[in-house]
Amino acid sequence: MISLSEIDTTVKRASKAVGFSWGIAEEVGKSIRLLEMFGLPGLRNLNQYYKIYKDKKFQNVGLISKSNISKIPYCPIISGINFLDQIFALQELSEIDFENFAFPILFIPFLSRSSEIIGKKIFLKIDEKEFLLNFNQSIYSNYLNGDIVEKATKIKVKFVENKNTFNEKEWKELYTLSEETFVEESEELKQTAAGAGLTDND
Amino acid sequence: MEVQLRDPKVVMKLSKLGSFHQSKLSFLRSFLKEFKDWKYKRDLFELDENGYGRAVYSLKKNNRIYSLVCFANPINDEERSDRVIATKWDAAFVLHDGIPTKKDLERLYNDVPKQEVGRLSYKELTLSRANKSMRIFNHVVESLSQGIQPEKEKLLEVGYLYRTTAVYGSGKFGLADRFRIKDRDEICGPFRLEMMLVYLVRQFTFDQVNHIAKQKNSRKAVELDKEICRNLGIGNSTGLGMAPFIVNHPTLLNNWILAREISLKKIREIKNVKENEAELFKKFLKKSLKNITSWNTDSEFQKKKILCLLRDMEKLIHFLNKDFDFKGEYSFNKLYLWCEQNLKDECIEYIVSLVMEPYDEIITPLIKQMSSDEEKCFNIPTQRNIENLRNILEKNYSEIIKIDFSKKENNQNFWFISKNKEEPRLADRYMEHGSELEQPLAIARDIKILYERISNQKNSLSIGRFLIENNDLRHVVRRAFISETFPYAEIQDNIIGSKLVPIDMLRLKLSFFGAVKFDPRSDKWLRICMFQGAPLANDLESFDDGWIYNSLN
Repeated sequence: MISLSEIDTTVKRASKAVGFSWGIAEEVGKSIRLLEMFGLPGLRNLNQYYKIYKDKKFQNVGLISKSNISKIPYCPIISGINFLDQIFALQELSEIDFENFAFPILFIPFLSRSSEIIGKKIFLKIDEKEFLLNFNQSIYSNYLNGDIVEKATKIKVKFVENKNTFNEKEWKELYTLSEETFVEESEELKQTAAGAGLTDND
Repeated sequence: MEVQLRDPKVVMKLSKLGSFHQSKLSFLRSFLKEFKDWKYKRDLFELDENGYGRAVYSLKKNNRIYSLVCFANPINDEERSDRVIATKWDAAFVLHDGIPTKKDLERLYNDVPKQEVGRLSYKELTLSRANKSMRIFNHVVESLSQGIQPEKEKLLEVGYLYRTTAVYGSGKFGLADRFRIKDRDEICGPFRLEMMLVYLVRQFTFDQVNHIAKQKNSRKAVELDKEICRNLGIGNSTGLGMAPFIVNHPTLLNNWILAREISLKKIREIKNVKENEAELFKKFLKKSLKNITSWNTDSEFQKKKILCLLRDMEKLIHFLNKDFDFKGEYSFNKLYLWCEQNLKDECIEYIVSLVMEPYDEIITPLIKQMSSDEEKCFNIPTQRNIENLRNILEKNYSEIIKIDFSKKENNQNFWFISKNKEEPRLADRYMEHGSELEQPLAIARDIKILYERISNQKNSLSIGRFLIENNDLRHVVRRAFISETFPYAEIQDNIIGSKLVPIDMLRLKLSFFGAVKFDPRSDKWLRICMFQGAPLANDLESFDDGWIYNSLN
């Protein structure tokens, strides 16, 4: 088995070899390592992308806006890097759309890292494939077959506000159950607990 | 009294870093300290009459077991090479996580001797190989088989029976990634498992010579005297491959140096040095002199350094005997200040290491802070602005940005990865081809370019916006922000300049390993010795932290 460390190093060097700067190559190395750690086919997608990278043209998005449309497919690496770099401004947009996107699986790790930076989950939809990126701790998805995805027609990125997955009633019910582990204190013990005394105005 | 940490711009000069010595913080010492109460066992020893075959050694505590698997192979003298391009070695080793099964041993038998071209699994932690020291190996075997101990003088000239030529870890060649094991308490310190491998290899070398001698002459043969064994370590040949490590791991480098600097600061801040502490310092100072006088090298560069160290030590001892009293307040601070004024770097740093000896309570907590979770510092704070970046560059790289890179000599060299062995190398930019494939190690030059590039940018421009058009400098933008939090993360020198002495970079790293007897064989590689004087595996329980000063006594 190839270790994650080997993947990181080799991807970094390969990324430099296709023409990215060393700084970007470092980011790609870390990103593919992350995808592989989460069990997503990062290396396969990257390998395929780099096979055509030099011969085909890809759009390098600069400033990302709410709606990003391009006639030629967006480069997932430059899009990912800029998404990561602009994350504090982008989160204000709530939702961001891209149309015509190359090798979108490679975009995922940059969003995953962004989720950790801003402390918000990010929902990502790549055509019909859905991903929930949880603070760079895990990725929840309906994309399980590990296929190479060469192109996405539409990508939607949505910042998920920090809120619970349960309602107040459900929380109270469980809390009431948890109270059954508590013991009623006697009056004597209450008198000697921390802070108990004649006055606190001292 | 508060003592300031030493200025990174002084400490991080390569000439200073290249004068570092082993200390209580060194990894091989902290490894032994951590594992002193682990149970050592030789689990398997299947060598033929020539000493070829396999062996397994283990260290165990509670439910955790680490096993060293050794394979000793016949090779011809002309095949024996310490260079990384070698493909055969006298012995090959791997540290296995747990007890290897029969199947594991078969798998490892096929792959471990192949080293870089073999494949390991997540169950293996570190990998190494070693060659016999032909100067003494056969002499030892012959002597023992005749029932006599080998000549001590001859042994001490070399200091080891075997020399490792590489020790790999952290995911190389399929070995376990660091993340799988990083939460284990016992390896909370850099290079613990590499140190464990080397330590157990040392035991194998003794067992092997005893075994061969006995096979040669079972009636007469004697075992190598334990005291002699204790005074032998494991050699190591190290080249440029190690040098970029300290550039590629800035937070780790910071944590090593910071631990050293904090310990010095805390010791200088001690108001009243106790008598036993002063005595311990003086005792180790005296004992350590033998480590200097027995330091053999053919390198003129190192000979000069050793001579300078010896002269300064004489000066220091004279000062301690005639003009110094530990009974005064802040005596270690006074001593350090005197050293700074009167001695050269080689001796100053020697003393910085020595003053740590009496202070377990200061050093032990620092050892745990010498690892680094590098992922945590990887993200660039892109919400910061150009003014922040400029301030960092002017503060942390003030000497670097003065370097004139239009001068040929400041651009003389480039670092690259060699195609045949995938190892870092250094070459003359104007003489050799390949500089277009330069590794991102010219930090000083790229920092200077960054500084010039931001000179006409608005202060308020965010780093995120700046990077849209300047991602070619992304690697140094990242480093600059790292240096803000980690003051000792950067070497304050130009490592592509014509004046670079690469072995300074090796010496820095090896001193933290705990190596002694640095023996430069050129300006690009050196030999060292590790674990000389260390307790033998069977005697780990009677561990004495000052063992490093016991060698050769």
